[in-house]
Amino acid sequence: MIASGRDRVLVQGITGKQGTFWSERMRDYGTKIVGGVNPKRAGETHLGLPVWATAREAARRTNIDAAVMFIPPFGVKDAALDAIAAGIGKIVCLTEHVPVHDTMYILAAARERGTQVLGPNTAGIVTVGECFLGFMPAFNPRVFRKGNVGVISRSGSLGTLICLNLVQAGLGISAFVGIGGDPIIGTTTKDALVALDRDPNTKAVALIGEIGGAMEEEAAEYARTMKKPIAAFIAGAASPPGKRMGHAGAIVMGDKGSFAGKKAALEAAGVTVCSTPNGVAESLKRT
Amino acid sequence: MATPCDIVEPFGPCWGIDSSMNFEEHAAKPLLRTAGIATPRGLLAASPAEAERIATTLGPCVLKAQVPTGKRGKAGGIKRTHTPAEAKSAATAILGMSIGGHRVERLLVEAQVPIAHELYAAVLNDPASKGPLLLFSARGGMDIEDIAAAHPDELVRLTCDIRTGLDARSLQAALPPDLPCDRGKLADLLLRLYAVYADSDAELVEINPLVVTGTGDLIALDCKLTVDDGALARHEALAETGAPEKLTALEIQAGRLGLKFVELDGSVGVLANGAGLTMTTMDAVRHFGGSPANFMEIGGESYTKATPALELVLSNPRVKCLLVNFCGAFARTDVMVEGVIKAWLELQPKIPIFFTIHGTGEDEAIAMVKERLGITPFDLMDNAVKAAVAAARGAPT
Repeated sequence: MIASGRDRVLVQGITGKQGTFWSERMRDYGTKIVGGVNPKRAGETHLGLPVWATAREAARRTNIDAAVMFIPPFGVKDAALDAIAAGIGKIVCLTEHVPVHDTMYILAAARERGTQVLGPNTAGIVTVGECFLGFMPAFNPRVFRKGNVGVISRSGSLGTLICLNLVQAGLGISAFVGIGGDPIIGTTTKDALVALDRDPNTKAVALIGEIGGAMEEEAAEYARTMKKPIAAFIAGAASPPGKRMGHAGAIVMGDKGSFAGKKAALEAAGVTVCSTPNGVAESLKRT
Repeated sequence: MATPCDIVEPFGPCWGIDSSMNFEEHAAKPLLRTAGIATPRGLLAASPAEAERIATTLGPCVLKAQVPTGKRGKAGGIKRTHTPAEAKSAATAILGMSIGGHRVERLLVEAQVPIAHELYAAVLNDPASKGPLLLFSARGGMDIEDIAAAHPDELVRLTCDIRTGLDARSLQAALPPDLPCDRGKLADLLLRLYAVYADSDAELVEINPLVVTGTGDLIALDCKLTVDDGALARHEALAETGAPEKLTALEIQAGRLGLKFVELDGSVGVLANGAGLTMTTMDAVRHFGGSPANFMEIGGESYTKATPALELVLSNPRVKCLLVNFCGAFARTDVMVEGVIKAWLELQPKIPIFFTIHGTGEDEAIAMVKERLGITPFDLMDNAVKAAVAAARGAPT
C-alpha cells in the first residue's frame, strides 16, 4: 500500500495524547486529515477538525480514502471493523500487542470488502513530499528526502535508520512502507514489493526484513520478475532462532525463517543482501 | 530421525517476534477435557513418593516429565511402569533431570492407554492464509514431520474463516476416505479442538499422538498449547497456569518493569529501541568482531523507561562499554536520551559510552549528550559500533 497526498484521511482515536501529537504532525506535513473518531466526543471539534462517533458516521458525512488508528490493543478489532464497514479503502493499524485472533478476524473482513490493511504493529507509511500516515519522522529532512528509492521495513526504528543512511549517501526516498512486526499482517513484504514495483516514482527498492516467518522468501519469488534493482538487509543474523511452534510449526514452515534461508532465497532472485544496514544505501548508490 | 521440532527457545520469547506463552501438558489437558476431549486419567507428582501413591490408584502408568520443551521421550523423560514400586524408581530417575536446559521438577503420572492407532491433529495461526489452519494426519506420532514431508498428500490442511469457525461440512469433505477410527467421532473431536483454539486465543493447540484405543475411543495422549502474549490479558486464569520462562535474576527484574531484556555472554552492552533496530545493533556488533552482552529493547510504549533499562544493562559485570543506538519514529530520542543521561550521571560507571541517535527528537537529544556528558554522538551507526567493539577489546578511548 502506498499513500497519496490526495488521500482524505480519518484518524480513529484522534483525541488521545498520541492521536493528537501525530495528527498535528501529519497535517503539518501535508496529509489531508478530514476529521477523527471518538464515540465519547462525537459532535465536538478537535484540532479544528470534526469528531464523529464512528467511522461509518464519518463516511456518511464526507469522502474518506484512508483511516489511521491510534487505538489501544483490545479496541483495535472494533475500530477496524467499523472502518471496513464504512467502506474505507485503506486502514493503517499502528497498535502493538493486538491479539492475533483479532488481527485474523479483521483481515478476513477486510478481504471480503476489498479493504487494504497495513499492520498491525507498523510505524506507518510515508510518501515523501506528499503525506504520511502513522508515526514516522517524515518531517525530519535528515531522514526523509525526496528521491526514487522505495523502502520496505517491518520495523519503524530500523526503517528510520535505513532512510537516514540513504539520505546520508546522497539518495532520496519515494515511499516508505512500514509493514509491521507482527506474525500475521495485512500487507506482506511481497504486497509492498508489488506496490513499489508498480509505483512510477520508485526506481529501486530497499527491502528490510527480519528473521522468522516466510515473508522474505515469498517476496523473493516476486523479486525474480522485477527489473528495478533491490538491496536487502535481514536483521537477526546474530540472534538465535525463534521458537518453533510444535510439530505443526515444522510442518508448515519447513526450513523457512532462518537468516541463511532468507539470504539464499533473495540472492537467488538477484537481490543484493547486505551485511550491515548501511550497506543497503551503498549498494543502491552503485546502481 | 525427526527434524528439529517442538520448542527450541534458547532465550524464551524475548525477541519482540514470536512472543507467546507456553503451556505444559498438564496445564493444556484440562482445556481439552473441559471441551469434551478425553485424556488419560492422571495427576501431577513432585516427588517419587507422590508418584508411587498416584500409581497405586491408577495401575500401570506412564510418567512424563513436565518441561516446556519437546523431545521428552528421546531425552528419557517419559517412562512406562507396571507397579507402584517401579513408578517410584522411575520418578526418582526423571525428577531433577535436565531436558533442553529445563530442570524437571514435576511429573504427570497417567494411566496407560491401549494404543491401536496414533493420529495427529492441530489448529494453529497460519501466516500464509492469515487465518486458522487445521492439520490432521491418520499417521501421528513422534516423526510426524517426516511423515508429512514424505507423504504430503496424507496430511489434511484445512484453512478456516475465523469469523465463522471450522465448518463441519468442509471438515467432512477434507478428511480422508479411509480412517482407522469412527469418522463421526473424529470430526466431533476436531470441532472441539477448534473450539479450544478459538476460546483460548491459541497460537497453536496440538494433539500428538491422538490415540485410537482397541475399543475405538479417541484419547489425547499429549497436548501442546501456546497463546500469544497480546491475548493473555483477556485470559487471566489461563495465564496463571502458563510455564514460567527460564530467566536470570536480571531478566525477571526486567520483566517486572515491562522491559525486554536477555543476558548474553559478550562484553558490549547494547541499548536500542525497537526489536528490529536492537537485533540490527547486535548483528553489527558481531559483524565488526565484537560480542553483545545483552538484548535490551526499550521501544514501543516502554521508551520512557531508559533509566531502569540502563541500570539493568550496567549491572552485568561483563559489560566493558555501552553502545546506545536510538532511532526515533514513535519513540522520542530526546526522552530516551534524557533517561540514559540521568542514570549515567547517577551510577557514574567507569566504562566508556558511545551514542548514535537519529529520528524524532534527535536535535534535542544530541545537544543533551554533548552538553551533559561532553560526548559527541556518532553520525553513522557503523562508526559507533566499531568504536564500541574496539573499547570492549581494551583499546584506549
